[in-house]
Amino acid sequence: MADVSMAAMSGPRGAKPKKALSGRNIMLYGTLIVVCLYYILPLWVMVMTSLKGMPEVRMGNIFAPPVEITFQPWVKAWSEACTGLNCDGLSRGFWNSVIITVPSVIVSIIIASVNGYALINWKFKGSDIFFTILIFGSFIPYQVMLYPIVILLRELGIYGTLWGLVMVHTIFGMPILTLLFRNYFSSIPEELFKAARVDGAGFWGIYFRIMLPMSLPIFVVAMILQVTGIWNDFLFGVVYTKPELYPMTVQLNNIVNSVQGVKEYNVNMAATMLTGLVPLIVYFVSGKLFVRGIAAGAVKG
Amino acid sequence: MASTARSGRLFRNLNAKIAAIPMVLTALVVFVGGTIWTVVYSFTNSKLLPRLNFVGLDQYERLWESSRWLTSIGNLVLYGVFALIFTIAIGFLLAVLMDQKIRFEDTFRTIMLYPFALSFIVTGLVWQWILNPEFGIQGIVRDLGWESFTFDPLYNPDIVMFGLLIAGLWQGTGFVMCLMLAGLRGIDEDIWKAARVDGIPTWKTYLVVIVPMMRPVFITTLVIVASGIIKLYDLVVAQTSGGPGMASQVPAMYVYDYLFTAQNLGQGLAASTMMLLSVLIVLIPWAYLEFGGKKHG
Repeated sequence: MADVSMAAMSGPRGAKPKKALSGRNIMLYGTLIVVCLYYILPLWVMVMTSLKGMPEVRMGNIFAPPVEITFQPWVKAWSEACTGLNCDGLSRGFWNSVIITVPSVIVSIIIASVNGYALINWKFKGSDIFFTILIFGSFIPYQVMLYPIVILLRELGIYGTLWGLVMVHTIFGMPILTLLFRNYFSSIPEELFKAARVDGAGFWGIYFRIMLPMSLPIFVVAMILQVTGIWNDFLFGVVYTKPELYPMTVQLNNIVNSVQGVKEYNVNMAATMLTGLVPLIVYFVSGKLFVRGIAAGAVKG
Repeated sequence: MASTARSGRLFRNLNAKIAAIPMVLTALVVFVGGTIWTVVYSFTNSKLLPRLNFVGLDQYERLWESSRWLTSIGNLVLYGVFALIFTIAIGFLLAVLMDQKIRFEDTFRTIMLYPFALSFIVTGLVWQWILNPEFGIQGIVRDLGWESFTFDPLYNPDIVMFGLLIAGLWQGTGFVMCLMLAGLRGIDEDIWKAARVDGIPTWKTYLVVIVPMMRPVFITTLVIVASGIIKLYDLVVAQTSGGPGMASQVPAMYVYDYLFTAQNLGQGLAASTMMLLSVLIVLIPWAYLEFGGKKHG
Protein backbone atom coordinates (compact mmCIF):
# COMPACT_ATOMS: atom_id res chain seq x y z
CA MET A 1 0.00 0.00 0.00
CA ALA A 2 3.06 2.19 -0.10
CA ASP A 3 2.95 3.23 -3.75
CA VAL A 4 -0.20 5.25 -3.87
CA SER A 5 -0.94 6.75 -7.27
CA MET A 6 -1.91 10.38 -7.68
CA ALA A 7 -5.49 9.49 -8.46
CA ALA A 8 -5.91 7.55 -5.23
CA MET A 9 -4.43 10.41 -3.19
CA SER A 10 -7.67 12.29 -3.42
CA GLY A 11 -9.52 9.34 -1.84
CA PRO A 12 -9.36 8.19 1.76
CA ARG A 13 -5.90 7.46 3.10
CA GLY A 14 -4.45 5.09 5.60
CA ALA A 15 -4.84 1.34 5.91
CA LYS A 16 -7.76 -0.24 4.17
CA PRO A 17 -10.59 -0.50 6.68
CA LYS A 18 -11.71 -4.01 7.48
CA LYS A 19 -15.10 -4.97 6.22
CA ALA A 20 -17.62 -4.83 9.04
CA LEU A 21 -19.55 -7.80 7.72
CA SER A 22 -16.73 -10.23 7.08
CA GLY A 23 -17.46 -13.89 7.65
CA ARG A 24 -15.20 -13.84 10.68
CA ASN A 25 -17.09 -10.99 12.28
CA ILE A 26 -20.49 -12.57 11.67
CA MET A 27 -19.27 -15.77 13.34
CA LEU A 28 -17.66 -13.88 16.20
CA TYR A 29 -20.47 -11.49 17.04
CA GLY A 30 -23.10 -14.11 16.25
CA THR A 31 -21.60 -16.47 18.80
CA LEU A 32 -21.23 -13.74 21.40
CA ILE A 33 -24.82 -12.60 20.95
CA VAL A 34 -26.17 -16.15 21.27
CA VAL A 35 -24.08 -16.64 24.40
CA CYS A 36 -25.37 -13.37 25.83
CA LEU A 37 -28.96 -14.42 25.14
CA TYR A 38 -28.34 -17.52 27.26
CA TYR A 39 -27.05 -15.32 30.10
CA ILE A 40 -29.91 -12.83 29.85
CA LEU A 41 -32.64 -15.46 29.54
CA PRO A 42 -33.12 -16.21 33.28
CA LEU A 43 -33.28 -12.51 34.15
CA TRP A 44 -35.82 -12.01 31.38
CA VAL A 45 -37.93 -14.96 32.54
CA MET A 46 -37.74 -13.76 36.14
CA VAL A 47 -38.94 -10.25 35.31
CA MET A 48 -41.61 -11.36 32.83
CA THR A 49 -43.10 -13.98 35.15
CA SER A 50 -43.18 -11.52 38.02
CA LEU A 51 -45.25 -9.08 35.96
CA LYS A 52 -47.97 -11.57 35.00
CA GLY A 53 -51.11 -12.58 36.84
CA MET A 54 -51.39 -16.23 37.89
CA PRO A 55 -53.96 -17.16 35.18
CA GLU A 56 -51.58 -15.88 32.54
CA VAL A 57 -48.65 -17.74 34.09
CA ARG A 58 -50.62 -21.00 33.90
CA MET A 59 -51.79 -20.42 30.34
CA GLY A 60 -48.76 -18.96 28.74
CA ASN A 61 -45.18 -19.38 27.89
CA ILE A 62 -42.57 -18.39 30.48
CA PHE A 63 -40.53 -16.56 27.85
CA ALA A 64 -43.41 -14.46 26.53
CA PRO A 65 -43.83 -10.91 27.81
CA PRO A 66 -46.99 -10.29 29.85
CA VAL A 67 -50.15 -9.41 27.94
CA GLU A 68 -51.39 -7.48 30.90
CA ILE A 69 -48.75 -6.02 33.19
CA THR A 70 -49.48 -6.24 36.89
CA PHE A 71 -47.33 -5.21 39.84
CA GLN A 72 -49.52 -7.16 42.24
CA PRO A 73 -46.98 -10.04 42.60
CA TRP A 74 -44.28 -7.54 43.62
CA VAL A 75 -46.53 -5.98 46.21
CA LYS A 76 -47.53 -9.37 47.51
CA ALA A 77 -43.96 -10.65 47.63
CA TRP A 78 -42.82 -7.55 49.48
CA SER A 79 -45.55 -7.28 52.09
CA GLU A 80 -47.78 -10.36 52.21
CA ALA A 81 -45.85 -13.52 51.27
CA CYS A 82 -45.85 -16.14 54.03
CA THR A 83 -43.13 -18.11 55.73
CA GLY A 84 -44.75 -20.47 58.17
CA LEU A 85 -47.11 -18.42 60.28
CA ASN A 86 -45.59 -15.07 59.44
CA CYS A 87 -47.28 -13.31 56.56
CA ASP A 88 -45.52 -9.97 56.52
CA GLY A 89 -43.68 -10.63 53.30
CA LEU A 90 -40.10 -10.35 52.22
CA SER A 91 -39.74 -6.82 53.58
CA ARG A 92 -38.73 -8.24 56.95
CA GLY A 93 -35.93 -10.24 55.33
CA PHE A 94 -34.87 -7.18 53.41
CA TRP A 95 -34.51 -5.05 56.53
CA ASN A 96 -32.81 -7.91 58.35
CA SER A 97 -30.31 -8.16 55.51
CA VAL A 98 -29.75 -4.41 55.71
CA ILE A 99 -29.05 -4.44 59.44
CA ILE A 100 -26.79 -7.47 58.98
CA THR A 101 -24.92 -6.15 55.95
CA VAL A 102 -24.20 -2.59 57.10
CA PRO A 103 -22.31 -3.34 60.33
CA SER A 104 -20.67 -6.44 58.84
CA VAL A 105 -19.29 -4.48 55.92
CA ILE A 106 -18.05 -1.63 58.12
CA VAL A 107 -16.47 -3.80 60.80
CA SER A 108 -14.84 -6.25 58.40
CA ILE A 109 -13.36 -3.47 56.27
CA ILE A 110 -11.99 -1.52 59.24
CA ILE A 111 -10.34 -4.57 60.73
CA ALA A 112 -8.96 -5.89 57.45
CA SER A 113 -7.62 -2.54 56.26
CA VAL A 114 -5.78 -1.81 59.51
CA ASN A 115 -4.53 -5.36 59.46
CA GLY A 116 -3.27 -5.15 55.89
CA TYR A 117 -1.53 -1.89 56.77
CA ALA A 118 0.16 -3.43 59.79
CA LEU A 119 1.28 -6.38 57.66
CA ILE A 120 2.99 -4.14 55.12
CA ASN A 121 4.38 -1.23 57.10
CA TRP A 122 4.66 -2.48 60.65
CA LYS A 123 5.78 -6.06 60.32
CA PHE A 124 6.38 -7.82 63.57
CA LYS A 125 7.81 -11.22 64.30
CA GLY A 126 5.42 -13.89 63.08
CA SER A 127 3.08 -11.53 61.24
CA ASP A 128 3.70 -13.24 57.90
CA ILE A 129 3.09 -16.66 59.40
CA PHE A 130 -0.32 -15.60 60.68
CA PHE A 131 -1.12 -14.14 57.29
CA THR A 132 -0.18 -17.40 55.55
CA ILE A 133 -2.41 -19.35 57.94
CA LEU A 134 -5.20 -16.90 57.21
CA ILE A 135 -4.90 -17.36 53.45
CA PHE A 136 -4.74 -21.13 53.60
CA GLY A 137 -7.57 -21.08 56.12
CA SER A 138 -9.79 -19.46 53.54
CA PHE A 139 -9.74 -22.73 51.59
CA ILE A 140 -11.04 -24.80 54.50
CA PRO A 141 -14.70 -25.67 53.84
CA TYR A 142 -17.00 -23.64 56.09
CA GLN A 143 -18.61 -26.89 57.22
CA VAL A 144 -15.45 -27.75 59.13
CA MET A 145 -15.68 -24.60 61.26
CA LEU A 146 -19.45 -24.29 61.56
CA TYR A 147 -19.79 -26.02 64.90
CA PRO A 148 -16.66 -24.73 66.65
CA ILE A 149 -17.91 -21.23 65.86
CA VAL A 150 -21.30 -22.05 67.36
CA ILE A 151 -19.47 -22.95 70.59
CA LEU A 152 -17.32 -19.83 70.37
CA LEU A 153 -20.33 -17.55 69.90
CA ARG A 154 -22.20 -19.29 72.69
CA GLU A 155 -19.26 -18.76 75.05
CA LEU A 156 -19.21 -15.09 74.08
CA GLY A 157 -22.97 -14.90 74.63
CA ILE A 158 -23.72 -13.68 71.11
CA TYR A 159 -24.97 -16.87 69.46
CA GLY A 160 -28.14 -16.13 67.50
CA THR A 161 -27.69 -12.38 67.71
CA LEU A 162 -26.90 -9.78 65.10
CA TRP A 163 -23.40 -9.23 66.48
CA GLY A 164 -22.66 -12.92 66.35
CA LEU A 165 -23.39 -12.94 62.64
CA VAL A 166 -21.39 -9.73 62.14
CA MET A 167 -18.45 -11.46 63.77
CA VAL A 168 -18.81 -14.50 61.51
CA HIS A 169 -18.86 -12.33 58.41
CA THR A 170 -15.84 -10.43 59.68
CA ILE A 171 -13.95 -13.66 60.25
CA PHE A 172 -14.71 -15.18 56.87
CA GLY A 173 -14.23 -11.91 55.00
CA MET A 174 -10.85 -11.36 56.60
CA PRO A 175 -8.59 -13.48 54.35
CA ILE A 176 -9.71 -11.95 51.08
CA LEU A 177 -9.99 -8.39 52.41
CA THR A 178 -6.64 -8.48 54.17
CA LEU A 179 -5.07 -9.77 50.97
CA LEU A 180 -6.76 -7.00 49.01
CA PHE A 181 -5.59 -4.22 51.33
CA ARG A 182 -2.15 -5.68 51.87
CA ASN A 183 -1.52 -5.85 48.12
CA TYR A 184 -2.80 -2.34 47.61
CA PHE A 185 -0.82 -0.79 50.46
CA SER A 186 2.33 -2.49 49.25
CA SER A 187 2.03 -0.46 46.04
CA ILE A 188 2.14 2.84 47.94
CA PRO A 189 5.75 4.11 47.86
CA GLU A 190 7.58 3.38 51.06
CA GLU A 191 9.30 6.80 50.95
CA LEU A 192 5.97 8.37 51.83
CA PHE A 193 5.69 6.21 54.89
CA LYS A 194 9.28 6.92 55.90
CA ALA A 195 8.85 10.66 55.46
CA ALA A 196 5.80 10.59 57.71
CA ARG A 197 7.73 8.65 60.28
CA VAL A 198 10.51 11.24 60.23
CA ASP A 199 7.87 13.90 60.76
CA GLY A 200 6.80 12.05 63.87
CA ALA A 201 3.56 10.44 62.74
CA GLY A 202 2.64 7.21 64.51
CA PHE A 203 0.76 4.08 63.55
CA TRP A 204 -2.72 5.60 63.50
CA GLY A 205 -1.54 8.99 62.25
CA ILE A 206 -0.03 7.47 59.14
CA TYR A 207 -3.04 5.23 58.65
CA PHE A 208 -5.60 8.02 58.82
CA ARG A 209 -3.65 10.83 57.16
CA ILE A 210 -1.74 8.97 54.45
CA MET A 211 -2.94 5.42 53.82
CA LEU A 212 -6.67 6.03 54.05
CA PRO A 213 -6.87 9.09 51.77
CA MET A 214 -4.60 7.41 49.22
CA SER A 215 -6.57 4.19 49.04
CA LEU A 216 -10.18 5.23 48.59
CA PRO A 217 -10.59 3.15 45.39
CA ILE A 218 -9.61 -0.04 47.16
CA PHE A 219 -12.06 0.74 49.96
CA VAL A 220 -14.77 0.99 47.33
CA VAL A 221 -13.69 -2.33 45.82
CA ALA A 222 -13.75 -3.93 49.27
CA MET A 223 -17.21 -2.52 49.92
CA ILE A 224 -18.56 -3.92 46.65
CA LEU A 225 -17.07 -7.31 47.45
CA GLN A 226 -18.50 -7.37 50.95
CA VAL A 227 -21.94 -5.94 50.21
CA THR A 228 -22.61 -8.51 47.49
CA GLY A 229 -20.96 -11.33 49.42
CA ILE A 230 -22.80 -10.73 52.69
CA TRP A 231 -26.11 -9.95 51.04
CA ASN A 232 -25.91 -13.23 49.11
CA ASP A 233 -24.92 -15.33 52.10
CA PHE A 234 -27.28 -18.13 53.03
CA LEU A 235 -25.39 -20.67 55.15
CA PHE A 236 -24.24 -18.33 57.93
CA GLY A 237 -27.66 -16.73 58.06
CA VAL A 238 -29.29 -20.12 58.63
CA VAL A 239 -26.76 -21.37 61.15
CA TYR A 240 -26.04 -18.31 63.26
CA THR A 241 -29.32 -16.40 63.46
CA LYS A 242 -32.80 -17.01 64.77
CA PRO A 243 -35.85 -16.93 62.49
CA GLU A 244 -36.71 -13.34 63.48
CA LEU A 245 -33.34 -12.25 62.12
CA TYR A 246 -33.15 -14.43 59.01
CA PRO A 247 -31.56 -12.55 56.11
CA MET A 248 -33.42 -12.07 52.86
CA THR A 249 -31.90 -15.09 51.07
CA VAL A 250 -33.06 -17.47 53.82
CA GLN A 251 -36.53 -16.00 53.91
CA LEU A 252 -36.76 -16.11 50.12
CA ASN A 253 -35.89 -19.79 50.12
CA ASN A 254 -38.47 -20.44 52.83
CA ILE A 255 -41.16 -18.60 50.90
CA VAL A 256 -40.53 -20.29 47.57
CA ASN A 257 -39.72 -23.79 48.76
CA SER A 258 -42.45 -24.05 51.39
CA VAL A 259 -44.71 -26.96 50.64
CA GLN A 260 -48.03 -25.68 51.88
CA GLY A 261 -50.51 -23.84 49.72
CA VAL A 262 -50.88 -23.24 46.03
CA LYS A 263 -47.66 -22.24 44.33
CA GLU A 264 -47.79 -18.67 43.13
CA TYR A 265 -44.99 -18.64 40.64
CA ASN A 266 -45.36 -14.95 39.82
CA VAL A 267 -45.00 -13.99 43.49
CA ASN A 268 -42.04 -16.35 43.82
CA MET A 269 -40.29 -14.75 40.88
CA ALA A 270 -41.02 -11.25 42.18
CA ALA A 271 -39.53 -12.27 45.53
CA THR A 272 -36.49 -13.76 43.80
CA MET A 273 -36.04 -10.61 41.75
CA LEU A 274 -36.34 -8.43 44.86
CA THR A 275 -33.59 -10.42 46.58
CA GLY A 276 -31.34 -10.22 43.55
CA LEU A 277 -31.94 -6.52 43.09
CA VAL A 278 -29.45 -5.18 45.62
CA PRO A 279 -26.40 -7.09 44.32
CA LEU A 280 -27.51 -6.40 40.74
CA ILE A 281 -27.68 -2.66 41.37
CA VAL A 282 -24.29 -2.74 43.07
CA TYR A 283 -22.94 -4.71 40.12
CA PHE A 284 -24.29 -2.50 37.37
CA VAL A 285 -23.34 0.73 39.13
CA SER A 286 -19.84 -0.37 40.08
CA GLY A 287 -18.91 -1.77 36.65
CA LYS A 288 -15.18 -2.37 36.40
CA LEU A 289 -14.58 -2.03 40.13
CA PHE A 290 -16.57 -5.24 40.66
CA VAL A 291 -14.31 -7.06 38.22
CA ARG A 292 -11.32 -5.68 40.06
CA GLY A 293 -12.64 -7.01 43.35
CA ILE A 294 -13.18 -10.55 42.14
CA ALA A 295 -9.90 -10.54 40.21
CA ALA A 296 -8.07 -9.52 43.38
CA GLY A 297 -9.62 -12.52 45.04
CA ALA A 298 -8.24 -14.73 42.33
CA VAL A 299 -4.65 -13.59 42.65
CA LYS A 300 -4.05 -16.00 45.46
CA GLY A 301 -7.24 -17.47 46.75
CA MET B 1 -0.09 8.07 70.14
CA ALA B 2 2.48 10.82 70.24
CA SER B 3 5.37 8.44 69.98
CA THR B 4 8.36 9.95 68.23
CA ALA B 5 10.65 7.87 66.10
CA ARG B 6 12.84 7.46 69.12
CA SER B 7 10.45 6.26 71.73
CA GLY B 8 11.29 2.68 71.01
CA ARG B 9 10.13 -0.24 68.93
CA LEU B 10 7.89 -1.55 71.64
CA PHE B 11 5.26 1.17 71.32
CA ARG B 12 5.18 1.10 67.53
CA ASN B 13 4.94 -2.62 67.39
CA LEU B 14 2.40 -2.62 70.15
CA ASN B 15 0.01 -0.69 67.94
CA ALA B 16 0.62 -3.03 65.02
CA LYS B 17 0.11 -6.00 67.28
CA ILE B 18 -3.14 -4.59 68.61
CA ALA B 19 -4.28 -4.05 65.03
CA ALA B 20 -3.38 -7.61 64.18
CA ILE B 21 -5.20 -9.20 67.13
CA PRO B 22 -8.31 -10.04 65.07
CA MET B 23 -6.15 -11.70 62.42
CA VAL B 24 -4.16 -13.67 64.96
CA LEU B 25 -7.32 -14.81 66.72
CA THR B 26 -9.02 -15.73 63.46
CA ALA B 27 -6.00 -17.65 62.23
CA LEU B 28 -5.26 -19.47 65.48
CA VAL B 29 -8.61 -19.84 67.21
CA VAL B 30 -11.02 -20.21 64.31
CA PHE B 31 -9.02 -21.66 61.45
CA VAL B 32 -6.46 -23.79 63.27
CA GLY B 33 -8.33 -24.31 66.54
CA GLY B 34 -11.70 -24.90 64.91
CA THR B 35 -10.26 -27.40 62.46
CA ILE B 36 -8.44 -29.32 65.18
CA TRP B 37 -11.59 -29.32 67.33
CA THR B 38 -13.65 -30.74 64.49
CA VAL B 39 -11.12 -33.45 63.69
CA VAL B 40 -10.75 -34.45 67.35
CA TYR B 41 -14.49 -34.60 68.03
CA SER B 42 -15.08 -36.59 64.85
CA PHE B 43 -13.54 -39.52 66.73
CA THR B 44 -16.10 -39.30 69.53
CA ASN B 45 -19.69 -40.48 69.82
CA SER B 46 -21.05 -36.99 70.56
CA LYS B 47 -24.76 -36.79 69.98
CA LEU B 48 -26.60 -33.61 70.95
CA LEU B 49 -23.65 -32.06 72.75
CA PRO B 50 -19.92 -32.49 72.22
CA ARG B 51 -18.50 -35.13 74.57
CA LEU B 52 -14.95 -36.42 74.63
CA ASN B 53 -15.89 -40.06 74.54
CA PHE B 54 -13.56 -41.55 71.96
CA VAL B 55 -14.82 -44.38 69.82
CA GLY B 56 -12.00 -44.62 67.30
CA LEU B 57 -13.05 -44.78 63.69
CA ASP B 58 -16.67 -45.75 64.41
CA GLN B 59 -18.12 -42.55 62.97
CA TYR B 60 -16.11 -42.97 59.79
CA GLU B 61 -17.15 -46.58 59.40
CA ARG B 62 -20.76 -45.57 59.78
CA LEU B 63 -20.25 -42.68 57.39
CA TRP B 64 -18.92 -44.88 54.61
CA GLU B 65 -21.70 -47.39 55.16
CA SER B 66 -24.38 -44.72 54.86
CA SER B 67 -26.03 -44.83 51.47
CA ARG B 68 -26.89 -41.17 51.77
CA TRP B 69 -23.23 -40.24 52.19
CA LEU B 70 -22.19 -42.45 49.28
CA THR B 71 -24.84 -40.81 47.10
CA SER B 72 -23.61 -37.39 48.21
CA ILE B 73 -20.03 -38.20 47.33
CA GLY B 74 -21.04 -39.70 43.99
CA ASN B 75 -23.09 -36.61 43.18
CA LEU B 76 -20.29 -34.27 44.12
CA VAL B 77 -17.77 -36.16 41.99
CA LEU B 78 -20.15 -36.21 39.03
CA TYR B 79 -21.02 -32.53 39.39
CA GLY B 80 -17.42 -31.61 40.13
CA VAL B 81 -15.87 -33.32 37.11
CA PHE B 82 -18.39 -31.85 34.68
CA ALA B 83 -18.39 -28.42 36.32
CA LEU B 84 -14.59 -28.23 36.24
CA ILE B 85 -14.30 -29.29 32.62
CA PHE B 86 -17.15 -27.12 31.38
CA THR B 87 -16.46 -23.94 33.37
CA ILE B 88 -12.83 -23.94 32.37
CA ALA B 89 -13.44 -24.89 28.72
CA ILE B 90 -16.34 -22.46 28.27
CA GLY B 91 -14.61 -19.74 30.28
CA PHE B 92 -11.50 -20.04 28.13
CA LEU B 93 -13.42 -20.10 24.85
CA LEU B 94 -15.42 -17.02 25.83
CA ALA B 95 -12.23 -15.26 26.86
CA VAL B 96 -10.68 -16.04 23.47
CA LEU B 97 -13.76 -14.63 21.72
CA MET B 98 -13.60 -11.54 23.89
CA ASP B 99 -9.91 -11.13 23.12
CA GLN B 100 -10.48 -10.61 19.38
CA LYS B 101 -10.44 -6.81 19.74
CA ILE B 102 -14.20 -6.73 19.53
CA ARG B 103 -16.43 -3.72 19.96
CA PHE B 104 -18.80 -3.43 22.92
CA GLU B 105 -16.48 -5.61 24.99
CA ASP B 106 -17.68 -3.97 28.21
CA THR B 107 -21.30 -4.69 27.36
CA PHE B 108 -20.61 -8.35 26.60
CA ARG B 109 -18.59 -8.73 29.78
CA THR B 110 -21.25 -7.05 31.87
CA ILE B 111 -23.86 -9.47 30.56
CA MET B 112 -21.74 -12.57 31.05
CA LEU B 113 -20.66 -11.66 34.55
CA TYR B 114 -23.89 -10.44 36.13
CA PRO B 115 -25.02 -13.91 37.30
CA PHE B 116 -21.89 -14.05 39.42
CA ALA B 117 -23.18 -11.11 41.46
CA LEU B 118 -26.33 -13.03 42.38
CA SER B 119 -26.90 -15.32 45.32
CA PHE B 120 -26.92 -19.07 44.66
CA ILE B 121 -30.40 -19.01 46.15
CA VAL B 122 -31.61 -16.64 43.44
CA THR B 123 -29.86 -18.68 40.73
CA GLY B 124 -31.30 -21.92 42.04
CA LEU B 125 -34.85 -20.59 42.21
CA VAL B 126 -34.79 -19.07 38.72
CA TRP B 127 -33.53 -22.28 37.17
CA GLN B 128 -36.02 -24.27 39.20
CA TRP B 129 -38.69 -22.23 37.46
CA ILE B 130 -37.17 -22.47 33.97
CA LEU B 131 -36.78 -26.24 34.36
CA ASN B 132 -40.30 -26.63 35.73
CA PRO B 133 -41.70 -29.50 33.62
CA GLU B 134 -45.20 -28.06 33.44
CA PHE B 135 -44.50 -24.41 32.59
CA GLY B 136 -40.81 -24.31 31.73
CA ILE B 137 -38.81 -25.48 28.74
CA GLN B 138 -40.47 -28.90 28.60
CA GLY B 139 -43.96 -27.41 28.70
CA ILE B 140 -43.19 -24.92 25.96
CA VAL B 141 -41.70 -27.48 23.59
CA ARG B 142 -44.72 -29.73 24.18
CA ASP B 143 -47.06 -26.84 23.45
CA LEU B 144 -45.26 -26.38 20.16
CA GLY B 145 -46.57 -29.79 19.19
CA TRP B 146 -43.74 -32.12 20.19
CA GLU B 147 -45.86 -34.01 22.71
CA SER B 148 -43.33 -36.63 23.76
CA PHE B 149 -40.53 -34.15 24.47
CA THR B 150 -39.09 -34.81 27.91
CA PHE B 151 -36.72 -32.49 29.72
CA ASP B 152 -37.34 -32.60 33.45
CA PRO B 153 -33.90 -32.82 35.05
CA LEU B 154 -35.15 -31.64 38.46
CA TYR B 155 -37.67 -34.48 38.66
CA ASN B 156 -35.54 -37.25 37.23
CA PRO B 157 -33.08 -38.76 39.74
CA ASP B 158 -30.76 -39.91 36.96
CA ILE B 159 -30.05 -36.47 35.56
CA VAL B 160 -30.86 -34.14 38.44
CA MET B 161 -27.19 -33.24 38.89
CA PHE B 162 -27.14 -31.93 35.33
CA GLY B 163 -30.08 -29.67 36.14
CA LEU B 164 -27.92 -28.22 38.90
CA LEU B 165 -24.96 -28.08 36.55
CA ILE B 166 -26.86 -25.89 34.06
CA ALA B 167 -27.52 -23.36 36.82
CA GLY B 168 -24.01 -23.63 38.24
CA LEU B 169 -22.44 -23.01 34.83
CA TRP B 170 -24.72 -20.06 34.20
CA GLN B 171 -23.51 -18.47 37.39
CA GLY B 172 -19.83 -19.33 37.26
CA THR B 173 -18.60 -19.24 33.66
CA GLY B 174 -18.57 -15.45 33.40
CA PHE B 175 -16.22 -15.26 36.36
CA VAL B 176 -13.84 -17.82 34.88
CA MET B 177 -14.02 -15.93 31.58
CA CYS B 178 -12.81 -12.79 33.38
CA LEU B 179 -9.90 -14.64 34.97
CA MET B 180 -8.92 -16.18 31.64
CA LEU B 181 -9.26 -12.87 29.84
CA ALA B 182 -6.94 -11.25 32.36
CA GLY B 183 -4.51 -14.10 31.68
CA LEU B 184 -4.75 -13.62 27.92
CA ARG B 185 -4.18 -9.88 28.28
CA GLY B 186 -1.10 -10.57 30.34
CA ILE B 187 0.60 -12.31 27.45
CA ASP B 188 3.24 -10.31 25.66
CA GLU B 189 2.13 -8.84 22.34
CA ASP B 190 5.47 -9.91 20.85
CA ILE B 191 4.50 -13.56 21.18
CA TRP B 192 1.60 -12.89 18.82
CA LYS B 193 3.82 -11.01 16.41
CA ALA B 194 6.34 -13.86 16.38
CA ALA B 195 3.59 -16.41 15.76
CA ARG B 196 2.21 -14.31 12.91
CA VAL B 197 5.64 -13.94 11.33
CA ASP B 198 6.07 -17.70 11.48
CA GLY B 199 2.69 -18.07 9.79
CA ILE B 200 1.11 -20.15 12.55
CA PRO B 201 -2.70 -20.03 12.35
CA THR B 202 -4.44 -18.27 15.21
CA TRP B 203 -6.20 -21.32 16.65
CA LYS B 204 -2.93 -23.22 16.66
CA THR B 205 -1.14 -20.36 18.40
CA TYR B 206 -3.74 -20.48 21.15
CA LEU B 207 -3.48 -24.21 21.55
CA VAL B 208 0.27 -24.67 21.28
CA VAL B 209 1.70 -21.40 22.58
CA ILE B 210 -0.84 -19.50 24.65
CA VAL B 211 -2.42 -22.32 26.66
CA PRO B 212 0.93 -23.66 27.94
CA MET B 213 1.97 -20.09 28.79
CA MET B 214 -1.21 -19.61 30.78
CA ARG B 215 -0.61 -22.66 32.95
CA PRO B 216 -0.49 -20.65 36.21
CA VAL B 217 -3.82 -19.01 35.38
CA PHE B 218 -5.38 -22.40 34.63
CA ILE B 219 -4.07 -23.85 37.86
CA THR B 220 -5.28 -20.93 39.98
CA THR B 221 -8.70 -21.10 38.31
CA LEU B 222 -8.82 -24.84 38.86
CA VAL B 223 -8.12 -24.44 42.57
CA ILE B 224 -10.69 -21.67 43.00
CA VAL B 225 -13.40 -23.50 41.07
CA ALA B 226 -12.65 -26.81 42.78
CA SER B 227 -12.74 -25.40 46.30
CA GLY B 228 -16.03 -23.70 45.39
CA ILE B 229 -17.50 -26.99 44.15
CA ILE B 230 -16.67 -28.80 47.39
CA LYS B 231 -18.65 -26.14 49.27
CA LEU B 232 -21.67 -26.61 46.96
CA TYR B 233 -24.69 -26.16 49.19
CA ASP B 234 -26.93 -23.11 48.67
CA LEU B 235 -27.63 -23.93 45.04
CA VAL B 236 -28.83 -27.44 45.87
CA VAL B 237 -30.93 -26.24 48.80
CA ALA B 238 -32.70 -23.69 46.62
CA GLN B 239 -33.05 -25.63 43.41
CA THR B 240 -33.86 -29.18 44.48
CA SER B 241 -33.65 -29.35 48.31
CA GLY B 242 -31.59 -32.47 47.74
CA GLY B 243 -34.38 -34.25 45.90
CA PRO B 244 -36.08 -35.93 44.19
CA GLY B 245 -35.76 -38.33 47.10
CA MET B 246 -32.06 -38.19 47.91
CA ALA B 247 -30.90 -37.96 44.33
CA SER B 248 -29.14 -34.60 44.58
CA GLN B 249 -27.73 -34.76 48.10
CA VAL B 250 -24.26 -33.27 48.52
CA PRO B 251 -21.74 -33.64 51.38
CA ALA B 252 -22.26 -30.10 52.71
CA MET B 253 -25.94 -30.91 53.18
CA TYR B 254 -25.12 -34.13 55.00
CA VAL B 255 -22.89 -32.20 57.40
CA TYR B 256 -25.51 -29.53 58.04
CA ASP B 257 -28.26 -32.05 58.71
CA TYR B 258 -26.22 -34.13 61.13
CA LEU B 259 -24.86 -31.10 62.99
CA PHE B 260 -28.02 -29.07 63.33
CA THR B 261 -31.12 -31.18 62.77
CA ALA B 262 -30.33 -34.88 63.32
CA GLN B 263 -28.35 -34.03 66.47
CA ASN B 264 -25.65 -36.52 65.74
CA LEU B 265 -22.58 -34.33 66.11
CA GLY B 266 -19.92 -37.01 65.79
CA GLN B 267 -21.33 -38.12 62.46
CA GLY B 268 -21.57 -34.59 61.10
CA LEU B 269 -18.03 -33.81 62.21
CA ALA B 270 -16.69 -36.98 60.61
CA ALA B 271 -18.36 -35.94 57.36
CA SER B 272 -16.91 -32.44 57.56
CA THR B 273 -13.47 -33.89 58.25
CA MET B 274 -13.81 -35.85 55.02
CA MET B 275 -14.63 -32.58 53.25
CA LEU B 276 -11.49 -31.05 54.71
CA LEU B 277 -9.50 -34.02 53.47
CA SER B 278 -10.81 -33.58 49.95
CA VAL B 279 -9.81 -29.90 49.98
CA LEU B 280 -6.32 -30.84 51.15
CA ILE B 281 -6.05 -33.26 48.25
CA VAL B 282 -6.65 -30.33 45.90
CA LEU B 283 -4.68 -27.80 47.89
CA ILE B 284 -1.43 -29.52 48.80
CA PRO B 285 -0.28 -30.29 45.24
CA TRP B 286 -1.17 -26.73 44.28
CA ALA B 287 0.77 -25.29 47.21
CA TYR B 288 3.79 -27.33 46.13
CA LEU B 289 3.52 -26.04 42.57
CA GLU B 290 2.95 -22.46 43.63
CA PHE B 291 5.50 -22.19 46.39
CA GLY B 292 8.00 -24.76 45.16
CA GLY B 293 7.55 -26.96 48.21
CA LYS B 294 8.80 -24.27 50.58
CA LYS B 295 5.55 -24.04 52.49
CA HIS B 296 2.86 -26.62 52.92
CA GLY B 297 -0.88 -26.31 53.41
